[in-house]
Amino acid sequence: MSDARKILIDPLVDNNPVTLQVLGICSALAVTTSLLPSLLMCVALTSVAALSSAAISSIRHHVPNNIRIIVQMTIIASFVILVDQLLRAYAFETSKQLSVFVGLIITNCIVLGRAEAFAMKNGVGMSFLDGLGNGLGYSVILILVATCRELFGAGTLLGYPILPLVADGGWYQTNGLMLLPPSAFFIIGMLIWAVRSWKKAQVEKPDYRIHAVHRTEAL
Amino acid sequence: MGDYINLFIQAAFVENLALAFFLGMCTFLAVSKRVETALGLGIAVVAVQIITVPVNHLIHKLLLSEGALAWAGLPDVDLSFLGLVSYIGVIAALVQILEMTLDRYFPKLYNALGIFLPLITVNCAILGGTLFMVERQYTLGESVVFGAGSGFGWALALVGLAGIREKLKYSDVPEGLQGLGITFIITGLMSLGFMSFSGIRL
Repeated sequence: MSDARKILIDPLVDNNPVTLQVLGICSALAVTTSLLPSLLMCVALTSVAALSSAAISSIRHHVPNNIRIIVQMTIIASFVILVDQLLRAYAFETSKQLSVFVGLIITNCIVLGRAEAFAMKNGVGMSFLDGLGNGLGYSVILILVATCRELFGAGTLLGYPILPLVADGGWYQTNGLMLLPPSAFFIIGMLIWAVRSWKKAQVEKPDYRIHAVHRTEAL
Repeated sequence: MGDYINLFIQAAFVENLALAFFLGMCTFLAVSKRVETALGLGIAVVAVQIITVPVNHLIHKLLLSEGALAWAGLPDVDLSFLGLVSYIGVIAALVQILEMTLDRYFPKLYNALGIFLPLITVNCAILGGTLFMVERQYTLGESVVFGAGSGFGWALALVGLAGIREKLKYSDVPEGLQGLGITFIITGLMSLGFMSFSGIRL
């Protein structure tokens, strides 16, 4: 049981797919300008990751090694199509906002990475949990970024006003930068900094070390 | 002609796949440590992009979109839900062909690119380009230009970041920010720089 819990909890902070393994940032940051599409994106990615991990793991003994990537891609693509059609049927407006990014879950490295690294070697149940955990780890980052961007960029959360805007007689002047792409990079950079200051083990070894030269020596 | 040039500039600078849409980020961050490899990968991406976007355009127009199968006597069939699988299949096949061609005729470049060549298949910039082409309903000519422009823009951003990171060795970065953290912040600054191209029209 503790094994299963570890697999589920580990990717949330200690082994986060986004901040530590640098996977899956590709397709998703553009949707984080507001919270609602990000939440949908999280649900979509988590379900695809969990289901495809389970499906791939269930046929892992029958797939010839040299065509495994194609098989994995096909399975993932099928689940993404399923999710895409569901979103279009039940959340049409938001799926318009997500535009191409639902389709891009196919090439999201988290899904393929977990399939390749975990699901090909482990049982169905464990793979499902692993996919779920990694999807949730991704969701944590996505929701954090989206909250920052929507709150400071538009003063709202999920469309409800939180900070009273200057335009409506309040005190908060919106920060337009937050709605532009660069802010997502800055927020993630800061998040990584914060996580690594908290979990020292994740700090990367520098390729080059700059020696502190004593001032008098330099003179 | 002017439209095409506009589209090229739009795709390469203002709507840069890497810096405005975050596509291909994994490869973008992983390969940007040295300018030489970055340049090689950039060229490969441009080549793949120029081929895949128009090919996928033809597949979309002639096989998948609603009423496209009229020539086969099936005017009511709408296969557009098969789009994602077909596009990724085309991309995977083309990357495989490119890999074999490079191995045969340019073994040096093939060795330099190594593992990143097959990884172009899962590079979101490639699939992203195709999906944008479908969503924005480009014509065949436009899709060639869009493929070239978006590939070029991605390669430019990659080589630029690699250049900055080579210089970055000499800077004193705070401990927790080293490596990934500072790279993200630099990419953010580059993205700001590229945004200043917006509004340019010829």
